[in-house]
Amino acid sequence: MSEQIEQALERKYDAGFYSEIESETFESGLDESVIRRISAMKNEPEWMLEWRLKSYHAWLEMEEPDWAHVDYPKIDYQAISYYSAPKSMKDKPKSLDEVDPELLRTYEKLGIPLHEQEMLAGVAVDAVFDSVSVVTTFRDKLEEAGVIFCPISEALQRFPDLVKKYIGSVVPRTDNYFAALNSAVFTDGSFVYIPKGTRCPMELSTYFRINEMNTGQFERTLIVADEGSYVSYLEGCTAPQRDENQLHAAVVELVAMDDAQIKYSTVQNWYPGDENGKGGIYNFVTKRGVAHTNAKISWTQVETGSAVTWKYPSCVLKGDNSVGEFYSVALTRGRQQADTGTKMIHVGKNTKSTIISKGISAGHSNNAYRGLVQMGPRADGARNFTECDSLLIGDKCGAHTFPYIESRNPSAIVEHEATTSKVSDEQLFLCQQRGLDTEKAVSMIVNGFCKEVFKELPMEFAVEAGKLLEISLEGSVG
Amino acid sequence: MLSIKNLHASVEEKNIIKGLNLDVKPGEVHAIMGPNGAGKSTLGYVLSGRDGYEVSEGEATFNGKDLLELEVEERAREGLFLAFQYPVEIPGVSNMEFMKESVNAMREQRGEEPLTAAEFLKKAKEACKQVQLPLDFLKRGVNEGFSGGEKKRNEIMQMILLEPKLCILDESDSGLDVDALQVVADGVNSQRDGERSFIVVTHYQRLLDYIKPDFVHILADGKIVKSGDASLALEVEKSGYAFLGKAYEEAEA
Repeated sequence: MSEQIEQALERKYDAGFYSEIESETFESGLDESVIRRISAMKNEPEWMLEWRLKSYHAWLEMEEPDWAHVDYPKIDYQAISYYSAPKSMKDKPKSLDEVDPELLRTYEKLGIPLHEQEMLAGVAVDAVFDSVSVVTTFRDKLEEAGVIFCPISEALQRFPDLVKKYIGSVVPRTDNYFAALNSAVFTDGSFVYIPKGTRCPMELSTYFRINEMNTGQFERTLIVADEGSYVSYLEGCTAPQRDENQLHAAVVELVAMDDAQIKYSTVQNWYPGDENGKGGIYNFVTKRGVAHTNAKISWTQVETGSAVTWKYPSCVLKGDNSVGEFYSVALTRGRQQADTGTKMIHVGKNTKSTIISKGISAGHSNNAYRGLVQMGPRADGARNFTECDSLLIGDKCGAHTFPYIESRNPSAIVEHEATTSKVSDEQLFLCQQRGLDTEKAVSMIVNGFCKEVFKELPMEFAVEAGKLLEISLEGSVG
Repeated sequence: MLSIKNLHASVEEKNIIKGLNLDVKPGEVHAIMGPNGAGKSTLGYVLSGRDGYEVSEGEATFNGKDLLELEVEERAREGLFLAFQYPVEIPGVSNMEFMKESVNAMREQRGEEPLTAAEFLKKAKEACKQVQLPLDFLKRGVNEGFSGGEKKRNEIMQMILLEPKLCILDESDSGLDVDALQVVADGVNSQRDGERSFIVVTHYQRLLDYIKPDFVHILADGKIVKSGDASLALEVEKSGYAFLGKAYEEAEA
């Protein structure tokens, strides 16, 4: 049986197609003039350009981090194009009818219909294609509730003060190498503002698609939940199948004011490269949220794509009684490498955090959990619980755990549990003896392993995530 | 239904089954007894097609099909059921969803529509009651944290739900107290309908007080050395397997 499992990890990547869309794409290369052009294309206020340029100069002085448990050839930042947009977007379409039908077809093929009447009830979508937002649905309904959900480029025009107040407030410009690069060249992304005491009437979702060759995607998402408000947000991502690696360096900032709640879910399915490790997306992402008094931030991620993942959605539990949660499923197969986890920074009193991480490794892949739990001197009565489980499929893959715990408060309690298990021959045999084929059996066992995390996803997406795992595992058993 | 001729099989290049013959007709209950290491469990694994159990010689047909040519799941869908001696845990996968998938795989094979969740739930509850497991066992992970006796009863519950043609019970009595043994036996007896056949593998005669076999076979060193009716089991009970020494020598000669 193990032999069967170890057999070629050929797999299908459904989202691997390329759309023939006429695009305006910058020549590759990065210097000040490129940044000025991006800023000018988007008609940004002067302060934004300055902010970008400062970030750029800081980035030039920084070094690419090499501490992660991943291995990839050096990235040539001059070989990347930093802007690409469908030509049809130049005169921004006013309604869906004016959007290039080929663009709409692209999203339909990905299972994201953008016509509101065809959509999942209760989900509003912002569709980002390469460097620009194509369309945002259900705006009227959201604006009735006072909720702002629009591309960040548009927010800079309409709500510059809000953006200025919060951008970089959670992830500073120079936080790390990739965040600095993003701050210099970010092109689009979503902006969300939920007013005081408002429960966002629908799920918000952004769908990122990289289409053009040799372009990087640098989106920036900023979500502000004002006092006592609630929002659930989901992002999804795919890219065509190519032999070259492409860079995706995003920044996501969450601000949960007093008594607010933000639930942020990710289903990440960037192209992972072929079975020999050729091609695929480098997913180097900085995600962080600040929770004020009694606020709650919850990250749920299902990571199945990308050639290399470097990602640590984190919570700064600044206010007393604030809560941070991180639920993660990371699946790697083929030659994929993932170094992912979280940081829970306990600042306030009686802050609580929960970390549930499920890593699944198949093929020749490497899957690492890296997490930091930090209890600050003021964090009286703070608590953390961490559970970190690894599941191995076959015997050529690796699972690694790097937990860091720093406590400067004697009343804080930190718990860490970790397990490693294998999909055993006995389990497979039992399933097969009950009439299930090997693939069904493995996907059932893996789904069972991930159950604790899937139950945290919004209903519609939990089903999607289960299916995605099934597709991802297709062919990973013989 | 099942016909085994001169079967030879090995595990890790060690010969375990060495020329076994057995015929099971519809509705019959065959008990296979024998000392430890005789190859009793191996026989169940070979017939169900477990990886690593290599057949080097002989044949086995099941409902007219060459059993040895079929994959594990194909044999299962043809109606061959194995109740495990040590059922394995599958954490996080509920008994319910596991059995529903399984039952529907069998139904698909028979050309029947899959059961809806409600239809399945009704059947599952009945089966659960029949083996005297609390209903919350349907929601719990497959065998997750079950006691030895609960695991055995869970196997019988699956057998009832899957409606197989041939059931191989691999020491379903081991580790059970008298009450649990009665429950397991009742479950099995309820499924005897004159068509369904059983191979009951056991070390002790005790189980056969509850499940009356039509035939008893003694398996020693990889082959059946003696066959008879239920009285053969009583003989074993009385004098142990010592008498086999002689019978075995005769068979060799």
